[in-house]
Amino acid sequence: MSTSLILLIILIVGLAAYFAGRARAMASSKGKLSVLHSLPGYHGVYVAIWAVLPAAFVLALWLLASPFFIENSVRSALPESVHSQGSATTELMLGQVMQVANGLKRLNSDELTAVTSGSSSLRDALAAKGVPMANAGEPYMVEAAQHYNSLRDSSRWVMSAVVLIIAIAGAVFAIRGISAPFRARNRVERVMLGTLLLASSIAILTTVGIVGSMLSEAIRFFQSVSPSAFFFGTVWDPRFSAAGSGGTEGQFGLLPLLAGTLYIAFVAMLFAVPVGLFAAIYMAEYARPVVRGIAKPLLEILAGIPTIVYGFFALVTVGPFLRDISAQLNGLVTGNYVNFIQAQSVLTAGLVMGIMLIPFVSSLSDDIITQVPRSLRDGSLGLGATRSETIKRVILPAALPGIVGALLLTASRAVGETMIVVLAAGVAARMQLNPFEAMTTVTVKIVNQLTGDLEFNSPQTLVAFALGITLFAITLCLNIYALYIVRKYREQYE
Amino acid sequence: MTDMTSSVQSTLVRPAQTRRDIGIKKRYAAERRFKAYGLAAILIGLFFLFVLLWTVVSKGYTAFQQTAITLPIEFSEQIIDPKNERGANPAKLMTANYPLLVRDALVKALGIDPANKPLVKQATDMVSASARTQLRDLVVADPAIIGTTANVSLLAEGNIDSANKGQIDLTVAEANRKVKDQQLEWMKKLTETGAMAKQFNTGLFTYGASSRPEAAGIGVAALGSLYMMLIVLVLALPIGVAASIYLEEFAPKNRLTDLIEVNINNLAAVPSIVYGLLGLSIFINFAGMPRSAAVVGGLVLTLMTLPTIIIATRAALKAVPPSIRSAALGLGASKMQTIFHHVLPLAMPGVLTGTIIGLAHALGETAPLLLIGMVAFVVDYPGSPMDPSTALPVQIYMWANEAERAFVERTSGAIMILLIFLVVMNLGAILLRRRFERRW
Repeated sequence: MSTSLILLIILIVGLAAYFAGRARAMASSKGKLSVLHSLPGYHGVYVAIWAVLPAAFVLALWLLASPFFIENSVRSALPESVHSQGSATTELMLGQVMQVANGLKRLNSDELTAVTSGSSSLRDALAAKGVPMANAGEPYMVEAAQHYNSLRDSSRWVMSAVVLIIAIAGAVFAIRGISAPFRARNRVERVMLGTLLLASSIAILTTVGIVGSMLSEAIRFFQSVSPSAFFFGTVWDPRFSAAGSGGTEGQFGLLPLLAGTLYIAFVAMLFAVPVGLFAAIYMAEYARPVVRGIAKPLLEILAGIPTIVYGFFALVTVGPFLRDISAQLNGLVTGNYVNFIQAQSVLTAGLVMGIMLIPFVSSLSDDIITQVPRSLRDGSLGLGATRSETIKRVILPAALPGIVGALLLTASRAVGETMIVVLAAGVAARMQLNPFEAMTTVTVKIVNQLTGDLEFNSPQTLVAFALGITLFAITLCLNIYALYIVRKYREQYE
Repeated sequence: MTDMTSSVQSTLVRPAQTRRDIGIKKRYAAERRFKAYGLAAILIGLFFLFVLLWTVVSKGYTAFQQTAITLPIEFSEQIIDPKNERGANPAKLMTANYPLLVRDALVKALGIDPANKPLVKQATDMVSASARTQLRDLVVADPAIIGTTANVSLLAEGNIDSANKGQIDLTVAEANRKVKDQQLEWMKKLTETGAMAKQFNTGLFTYGASSRPEAAGIGVAALGSLYMMLIVLVLALPIGVAASIYLEEFAPKNRLTDLIEVNINNLAAVPSIVYGLLGLSIFINFAGMPRSAAVVGGLVLTLMTLPTIIIATRAALKAVPPSIRSAALGLGASKMQTIFHHVLPLAMPGVLTGTIIGLAHALGETAPLLLIGMVAFVVDYPGSPMDPSTALPVQIYMWANEAERAFVERTSGAIMILLIFLVVMNLGAILLRRRFERRW
């Protein structure tokens, strides 16, 4: 029986258990429903939970654990000649046996006898069924594969039987416990509460998963490259081609990538902060409700556009535009029509990222400015200050902590942004200060190292996880500090 | 009293020079400047929004048209199946020399000498190489067509298509151009006879990945995106709602709850690429799920969308007034019944709005999908979420890296389609909110 079929059967048993439980509750009320502690439906759900949950739990456990036991059994059944060649070979052979086992299932009985008696080649027989094999295969493999298949089949049958028995036993047990005073609702609600708690712990699990997975891969990376060479190295040269040529290790210096990341984020903030802040001030303090009602959603469209679209915009419009205009400027001044801004440059990426960040700055600051109490404004205006003086001398100082928090959140987004820089910033890792040249970022390198063919044991790919955990740590600090500030600020004026 | 009037009088008669200069003109000028800065900032933002959309639309609208060349193709038995073996071996039809049919038809239509090889080569270059599979599929579907002549509409090659749309600069020297003068002449001739015409580009919506722009489409990628959105919806909505109900209604005020709260707020701001690393190392490397599969993409996007949905749902739950709760509890409902029968239904519009916005965000997300191997050249529709597939924004990314003019046009076209999806989803969210949201 396939897993989905077993699941379906469990669910059907659960449905039947629901109706049985309900009927039993009705019967035990003897026609007077008010004597029941819980509504009949709760009794039904209670029985269904007993039917489904334990059975599903056992099913999941069995599915997770059985491959281990079966593989162990097959591994120990492999001939001594294989074991003597070390564990790596054993694992390789085990993989092949599974491949053969998979192929044998597709053969019909005639072909199977032909293969087992050795009259037809295993490799050809399997290749005809679309299962390729690396080598001709050996006789013991067929035996081991058959052993594997039979173990799997019997494991499946035992599992189906056990799960079904548990489902039915659970239902019967629960039905026997039903009586008029039985508190079915409380039991059901306790299970529901557990489910809710489980759902909310997924947030924590995700964080644990992020930190755990990246740390473990990063530690593997640091086994081959020393942390000081990574964190303080000034040269990024992972040498994809030299991997395996022996001896020559690449250099994995984080600093050029970090410099590029921060530089581009800085240029983006340089553009986004004044524009976003002034837009927020205008919308919060000056704009009539109609203008605000139109301009605010329009600006927020910018936040809803996928970043890949910004990347494309930088690649085909902004980059070439800056390149051409720099050539024209250069020509007007020196007579030499050579562009001094590269199409892929810090400026291009920073500018486009800045456009993306405008709505973040403006929405967050707008919220914070409108939270400043009316009385502060009225006091200042009443003393004769103009609106702009009120804003500059009263509102902004009062809103400053919140705005700083908002800017930190925006900066964390700029640091973690990927698609714009992949398309607009270039891939050359260098440390320099000219914003018209290409630089690269941490995110670009993560993408570069992990697209294409992967093998999970070379420092060339593992370095991506070390970069990832660095990025995560930077944004985590920014986020937590920013959220802390914003929260404090809210409390102040609430 | 008299003192006062006299002082008022003295103020009134005080000459203009002695009036205290409080710089009112300067201050008003500063006020006007400040206001103008604010207006300018908004205009700058809107200007960039306009330029962005204008770039996409002006470059992309032509992608919805495709040049086709309609030729009378003679399905000659001598070329397709010279030895008459198709009865015994139907596979012969798969490998027949179909390009030859196109060549003959072109040579006839343009009146070229078949012996002039370079000229014939130039002519056949005008038709997409996908013509081979197109004719093959026609013949395999209906072998009776062999021996007859039928009008078949073939795709024009990408550069010819660009030239026909006027996107190729004809002032450039012929040697540096992808389209030769001779071909332009033929194009004029074919257009006059009506053989070459622009038609609506249905292929853009149905084809999969292709290295030839004229045969590339977003159909396969859109299906992959659809699978992922379904997975996100099925997983993220119930989990997100359950988590928010617990945090908002049941969670005791303690350190664990605080930790979960900080966690969720932080997860909402974690760079999306980090979720890609998580998916790569846990789902693919540890759990052994297939690379490039929509199911992994869906799971990664689910984790990414959850914080958005949780934050929106909690806000919606918070907005339901306590009187509803008190009334239900007062009538004897349990806490669980109060929430599931009364509070949640009232909060549902807010929950759905948050979900749609989260889904729209997930639909446009690219970076995590690059890491789990969805940058794949997928030609066939994925039959299930376990099959290799790609996604709409990833397809855009791959096309953006192609150099050909026709791909720029298609990239913009695909972006337009993606943006239309996003606009529809966001409009849906706004309408939902307008229609069902209650002000208490």
